[in-house]
Amino acid sequence: MNAINEEPEPREIEALLPWHAAGTLSPRDANRVEQALASDRELARQYDLVREELIETIHLNETLGAPSARVMERLFAAIDAEETRAPRHRRWFDLGGRISEFLSSLTPRTLAWSATAAAVAILMQAAVIAAVVVKEQGSSSGPELASAPSEGSYAVVRFAPQATADDMTNFLRAYKATVVEGPLKGQLYRIRLSETRLPKEEVGKIIRQMQSESNVVGFVAAKE
Amino acid sequence: MQSTPDEVLIGRIANGDRLAMQVLFARYHVRVFRFVVRLVRDEATAEDVISEVFLDVWRQAGRFEGRSTVSTWLLAIARFKAISAVRRRRDEELDEETAGAIEDLSDDPGTVLEKKDKSAAIRKCLMGLSAEHREIIDLVYYHEKSVEEAAEIVGIPENTVKTRMFYARKRLAELLKSEGIERGWP
Repeated sequence: MNAINEEPEPREIEALLPWHAAGTLSPRDANRVEQALASDRELARQYDLVREELIETIHLNETLGAPSARVMERLFAAIDAEETRAPRHRRWFDLGGRISEFLSSLTPRTLAWSATAAAVAILMQAAVIAAVVVKEQGSSSGPELASAPSEGSYAVVRFAPQATADDMTNFLRAYKATVVEGPLKGQLYRIRLSETRLPKEEVGKIIRQMQSESNVVGFVAAKE
Repeated sequence: MQSTPDEVLIGRIANGDRLAMQVLFARYHVRVFRFVVRLVRDEATAEDVISEVFLDVWRQAGRFEGRSTVSTWLLAIARFKAISAVRRRRDEELDEETAGAIEDLSDDPGTVLEKKDKSAAIRKCLMGLSAEHREIIDLVYYHEKSVEEAAEIVGIPENTVKTRMFYARKRLAELLKSEGIERGWP
């Protein structure tokens, strides 16, 4: 008994019915509720009431309309005013955003924020690559990842999951390659093999050599 | 085509990307408005509140840590702003409004007709719930928030979320009974 309300507490499964109806229970809890519903007619009857309430709550909220266009105008006027007073400085290298976007492009939204070991490993790798990029580009060309110029010879590469920072740095140094773009879709990076355009045969030879280093790269291909 | 994830938009907003701000606003302003208008019961106030909510997002995007979803974060900010807006009103004004809401429940000329219309009656009784009960019902049924997310938005323990939802539903059943609709529960 609840000492304050003098009301019985809801049974655990009974209390979960609204979330089951809304589809927001974990698979484990949803399974428990399903099993209970199958064997408890009173609970099943109450579940019908819950679904009725859910439908009407949605209906009620959907009839509430929407705010007027003035809200957006007012909001952006306020933002403009703030920017005029104190313009914010762009982060010189939006590594976090790039990594987040990169992860989000590969996985469900929730995974982008989960601290799984795999995600950490990828994040570390992306961070290492970003550090390499900045180092390679130096201060003369600025810290942003520049779009690749049209001249020169290029390849796209996906580093192996087990590749360490040293492996990647040594790999790029060995081939005098520079990361010029990325991460692209599919965890790929565009690297410059040479500032001048190399003959196709030469590029093919470099690519084949790179492909043999499977402990560092998972995928390499020439890129115009 | 896959839309840009919310967390990516927040990252861009933190960098001053107005377009990302517009996308996020377009994605959520109606839902946030509906959540707020049910709490403050006044459209003009709700519009003021959502302007404040999204302005806060613009200012605070760099501090978003991704421990919750963006929609949960938005609703938590909105709730705080809505409660502050309600508190700014005078107590008498609130009392009048509450009395008006209760009066509406019994004096509406369409009551007799609505008693025959169970759906309409449920909606009417949903509007007659207390702010606390309306809020939890909306979060769970309309905004599809899990127990954990609702707990985060409202700032109460998860068990309290479950209990509050249970009693909100119980109160709804009582209001329906007073409207002549017996559901056989509780």
